[in-house]
Amino acid sequence: MKHWFSVFFVGGVIAYRGLFNWIRPAMYIPTMLGSPLFQLIFFTKLGQYAHAGSRDFYVVGNSTQVCAMSSVYGMTMAVANERSYGTLGPLLASPANRAAVFLGRGLPVLANGLLVSAFTFGAAALLLGFRPGVGTLPALAAVVVVTASSCTAFGMLLGSIGLRAKDYFFAANLAYFLMLLFCGVNIPLGDLPGWMSTIGRCLPLTHGIAAARKVAAGASFGSVGTLVLTEAGVGAAYAAGAYILFRILERESRRSAVLDAY
Amino acid sequence: MKHFLRILWSGLWLNLKMLSTSTFFLLTSSIQPVIFATIAFYMFRAGGRSGTLLYAALGAGMMGVWSTTLFASGGMIQWQRWQGTLELGVAAPPPLVLIYVPFCFANAIVGGYSLAATLVWGRLLFGVPLHLMHPGLFVLAVPAAILSLGLFGLLLASTFVLYRYANAMSNLLEYPVWVASGLVFSVSLLPAWTHPISWLLPPYWGILAIRHAALGGPVWGPLGMLALLGVCSVAVASVTMRWFEYLARARATLALT
Repeated sequence: MKHWFSVFFVGGVIAYRGLFNWIRPAMYIPTMLGSPLFQLIFFTKLGQYAHAGSRDFYVVGNSTQVCAMSSVYGMTMAVANERSYGTLGPLLASPANRAAVFLGRGLPVLANGLLVSAFTFGAAALLLGFRPGVGTLPALAAVVVVTASSCTAFGMLLGSIGLRAKDYFFAANLAYFLMLLFCGVNIPLGDLPGWMSTIGRCLPLTHGIAAARKVAAGASFGSVGTLVLTEAGVGAAYAAGAYILFRILERESRRSAVLDAY
Repeated sequence: MKHFLRILWSGLWLNLKMLSTSTFFLLTSSIQPVIFATIAFYMFRAGGRSGTLLYAALGAGMMGVWSTTLFASGGMIQWQRWQGTLELGVAAPPPLVLIYVPFCFANAIVGGYSLAATLVWGRLLFGVPLHLMHPGLFVLAVPAAILSLGLFGLLLASTFVLYRYANAMSNLLEYPVWVASGLVFSVSLLPAWTHPISWLLPPYWGILAIRHAALGGPVWGPLGMLALLGVCSVAVASVTMRWFEYLARARATLALT
């Protein structure tokens, strides 16, 4: 069990440091902090111009969604870059527990996603006058943790696809942009056609953002319990799917001898 | 003159072919603008401003032109380095700036797919009417904006190269220029101190020219500003490009990634 945790924690951190391409400050600050900040300003101003929703609607939606910068891109890199850097073979040849190897990579990604979201919420408070009640902050933080975890699980699925697919970054980029459209980040689900809101409800973020909006408006954590549980359930389903896909693609790559093919 | 035109055409055609087969630029120039256009359409509809859907379509298209120019031109010299073709370009007899001008035009032209994509998307899915106030000026404004952005791309290419993480700069500058140029909302929503920044950006004048040609308003002023900024971009890029070439030769860092 000790070995399992060692692979989970130490292995996860080492993999993150080695495989997350944007870890250097010169890359991290513009990409992981600058871009979410301007995304927030862009959509808040667009909403203001379109008279579509209140300022807080866009602040909470975008500040929560930007955790996907880390979850989607970070997790994709943390898994798929093993193949790009030629280290996938040695990794899979090791006897380490696959669940520990795979899930351990999610922990630093999750921490990073929370940092990005917290930074964006802070920027919204400083620049856009976002003022949730102090009493709402613990509940808001808890909702964002669940949402970022769920989003990280989704990133794991994308990363697993990257074990086999050639252009995995295309999928990560596309997923990130589609989340902006489908997950109620900037458009209430009720304004979307039925099929789009149905897809949105099957994606991470959607229920978490809805819960975060209610909490920021003063609702108690208990009153958004169903939304938070649904978000956690969506995340658990993606994590399970990602792990199963990882094992299937690992076995198939061994069988067809394309483990390191690129 | 014949050699000059041949360089322009070869560079343009070669880069157009390369960009058109890149999935990243397919995403940036065709898929991403359509996603942003859809978001903008729903937001404008929710706000009861459905009369402004053409405004949103044009703005979202211009967002794609900027993104493609930014990523393609900003990373152009770095990619040449990675591919090992930068030394060949520097060693060739024509000035370096002349070699990269057609590449930058190609980048902006691929960005032009975005405008077509968002207009067609808006028409087919949202019934956005394509009634242009000044069709003749619209046909003039679109290539003028693309050309000016292409030349601005040359400036980006020649300055980003000094920054090792050019792609980080590209990631950073995508949204701020969308904001400062007022591509899908009016810059009057922004603080007054940001307005001079907007005036220095070709996308700001580009969308003004295109929007006024489509929806009504003065077009020649923005077109003049596009021409002026294009000339300034080439002038500054000629100097920075020569400076970069000199530094890279002197320090023997031309091929270093």
